[in-house]
Amino acid sequence: MLRLERRASPSAVMRIASPMVAALAMIVTGFLLFTALGKDPIEAFYVFFVKPLSSTYGIGELLLKTTPLLLCGLGLALGFRANVWNIGAEGQLTMGAIAGGGLALWFGDSESAWAMPLMLLFGVLGGMAWAAIPAFLRTRFNTNEILVTLMLVYIAQLALSWLVHGPWRDPEGHNFPQSHGFGDAETMEILIEGTRTTWGIVYAVVLALAAWIFSQNTYAGFRMLVAGLAPAAAAYAGFSEKRNIWIALLISGATAGLAGICEVAGPIGRLQQEISPGYGFAAIIVAWIGRLHPIGVVFGALLMSLLYLGGESAQMGMSLPSAITGLFQGLLLFYLLAADLFITFRLKRVVVADGTEPKPTAAVKRAA
Amino acid sequence: MAPKSDLQPRLVLTGITKRYPSVVANDGVSLSVQPGEIHAVLGENGAGKSTLMKVIYGVTKPDSGTIRWNGQYETITAPAQARRMGIGMVFQHFSLFETLTVWENIALALDERVAPAKLAAKITEVSEKYGLPIDPYRLVHSMSVGERQRVEIVRCLLQEPKLLIMDEPTSVLTPQAVLILFETLRRLASEGCSILYISHKLDEIRALCDSATVLRGGRVSGTAIPKNETNDSLARMMIGGELAECHLDPRETGEVRLELEGLSLTTPDPFGTSLRDISLIVKSGEILGIAGVSGNGQKELMAALSGERLSARGAMIRLLGQPVGHLNPAERRSIGLTFVPEERLGRGAVPPMSLAQNALLTGARKGMVAQGVIRPPAMRSFSKSVIERFKVKCGGEQSAASSLSGGNLQKYIVGRETMLQPKMMIVAQPTWGVDVGAAQLIRQALIDLRNQGVALLVISEELDELFTISDRLAVLAEGRLSPSVLPAETSIEQIGIWMSGKFGAETGRAAAATDAIMETARA
Repeated sequence: MLRLERRASPSAVMRIASPMVAALAMIVTGFLLFTALGKDPIEAFYVFFVKPLSSTYGIGELLLKTTPLLLCGLGLALGFRANVWNIGAEGQLTMGAIAGGGLALWFGDSESAWAMPLMLLFGVLGGMAWAAIPAFLRTRFNTNEILVTLMLVYIAQLALSWLVHGPWRDPEGHNFPQSHGFGDAETMEILIEGTRTTWGIVYAVVLALAAWIFSQNTYAGFRMLVAGLAPAAAAYAGFSEKRNIWIALLISGATAGLAGICEVAGPIGRLQQEISPGYGFAAIIVAWIGRLHPIGVVFGALLMSLLYLGGESAQMGMSLPSAITGLFQGLLLFYLLAADLFITFRLKRVVVADGTEPKPTAAVKRAA
Repeated sequence: MAPKSDLQPRLVLTGITKRYPSVVANDGVSLSVQPGEIHAVLGENGAGKSTLMKVIYGVTKPDSGTIRWNGQYETITAPAQARRMGIGMVFQHFSLFETLTVWENIALALDERVAPAKLAAKITEVSEKYGLPIDPYRLVHSMSVGERQRVEIVRCLLQEPKLLIMDEPTSVLTPQAVLILFETLRRLASEGCSILYISHKLDEIRALCDSATVLRGGRVSGTAIPKNETNDSLARMMIGGELAECHLDPRETGEVRLELEGLSLTTPDPFGTSLRDISLIVKSGEILGIAGVSGNGQKELMAALSGERLSARGAMIRLLGQPVGHLNPAERRSIGLTFVPEERLGRGAVPPMSLAQNALLTGARKGMVAQGVIRPPAMRSFSKSVIERFKVKCGGEQSAASSLSGGNLQKYIVGRETMLQPKMMIVAQPTWGVDVGAAQLIRQALIDLRNQGVALLVISEELDELFTISDRLAVLAEGRLSPSVLPAETSIEQIGIWMSGKFGAETGRAAAATDAIMETARA
């Protein structure tokens, strides 16, 4: 018989191994699932995980989708470590796209060298402004930031929808709910020839390094870490809870906003109703897969990006439904949370006594 | 050496051994208890007392060794079985539901169903018989800690135990309540109930117990008849060496460092205690001891002093003459305040962080941060010096705070706050759960600080401790503070009466007046 037993101290090995175990379990379940659907699992595996990466273009797409996931994931991971639960990165991403994209429309076809830097700045500010709402409500009225950030996602999406259906709709766009395409100066440069990858990935990687240094080496990062690990100790040390909430939400809002503008000024090239297939939500999984560590988040984002590509590839190559992507994301998070149990617990084999031992020497009869 | 008896022993343990992954909690422990005997199990924290009791009560299963109950070999696999056999246990930390009444709490713990009215009548009967009156219909949250303990004891007595285990029962009681408890225990013993009494308080054991088994490092280091021993001889068995003593030499006090004037603070916690009109002063070079049973406003006073709770009027609290009631803990620290909370893990230290990182928790001003960037070498050298000076047993400054024993972590926290060179230091429960040797070291460190001219305020439940280290003593009861007195001019009895809240209504004023008198008397 097996029994769960609390470990004397959390296992460092399991902390690292847990995402890998989860990824493996996800793949195995996927195998079974494909078999049950009557598909050849080996082929499905190839189509899902190998084919998307078999060309330069494919690699480019991987990096392209990694960009928003990594940006959102970085901000969320910093916040989660500080016990601030922003789950509305999707909304902040949308607001960043609206703010930066709106500026792009204002620039029109201008060739201004200021256009792109200002758009990026506006994107960041848009995301921050959207995240400032839950920060204000939490610090002023003690509202729950999980609910507020989530509800603001829908408000941001509806705001974008209204803009592209109404004031910002392209008059020559055959009534499609979308804006003018952005001018050349308002579109991000391609980083790798023959792909759609933009400079966004470079910003994201630089930010990952910056986030690493921030959480590892700065006093501000330390204070956020303490707030997350032991709120009472943070209060005792005099680290302001309000400041912690503001910083965590503003940082995650800023990175999500940057992700938003990088999407609309990059591969999309305009504002439209749908700008993200749930990157902001998937980034929550990315943050956890990455163990809330900036460098871990880089790998988490790459894996999640591959799931998006694999899902698309499976839709096209094997005529599987689009829900396959969400299914794999769900499996991954499910297995990760399950595997995380073994960071603090372990399985122990319990010997069932056969009851033949003489009593005086066996004061211990193990419970069956 | 148990008292001679014709009867066979009620309980005989032989060679009980229990190993945990990192430590051997019990190593071949043997012990024998006669019917009607009050048997002390004495030892420092971590000596293995609690593990041994859990073995008897069926909570923990030993790796080897035997238990004989009334002459029969028994294997106790669960507390329910222990209760059926007639073993009752009163835990140090109560397990009562605060929102339920006394009888409801007791009904929940009984192994069989009893009609409420019948149970209530039974509770009243048993509680009065043993001099522990409680009202079965009262809600637990309205009861004092002493009364709650009565509920726990009555709960055990209802099952007519043959052996009652009491785990550190007096740590939460006033001196008067301790005497009542002892009466009850003696009466129980005279009716033939055996009692295992776990404690590290030597006076109590000598006053109450017929015999004693002393544990040290998981082994029996001796047995004794406590009445024939002195505190020193028992302590030697317990710690395996001489007990150092603290000395408080008279000393001139300096300027006022901390002043509270009519501090009142309502608590937002429905089970908390509001502070009412508290006035006090603490001067440079003196230790003001604040006695009282926990739950009488200790937590709230600490939060108000540290700045974890802000006061409406800043001037109600003055630190070095400056109003600080509206300042947060970090701002008060920068004026020269340091403090040690009663909760070590999770408040005084961040459990998963290293000791070096925990130095940074409060030590940022000691060169551990430059331009917002943390400086690990400074953190390491600071924690190394704390570890060295306070003899903290640990795997070095990179060990996680949670890996230290309670006493060692407390030494580290006291050491850290001490080495931040405070002008005013506030310490809550400095030696709670700390073994005798470490407690001595901590008390001496506090006295050393006082001798260097630091002002200290110590909140503690241990009266002996306060009498040893305080220049002046006051009592916090029901959120009010008594007048302060010189330890030499009061008695444990007087303080005990104050601890139950009996010290007149005009307390705040009276305290201030007494302080003034004290001042003129010293001048």
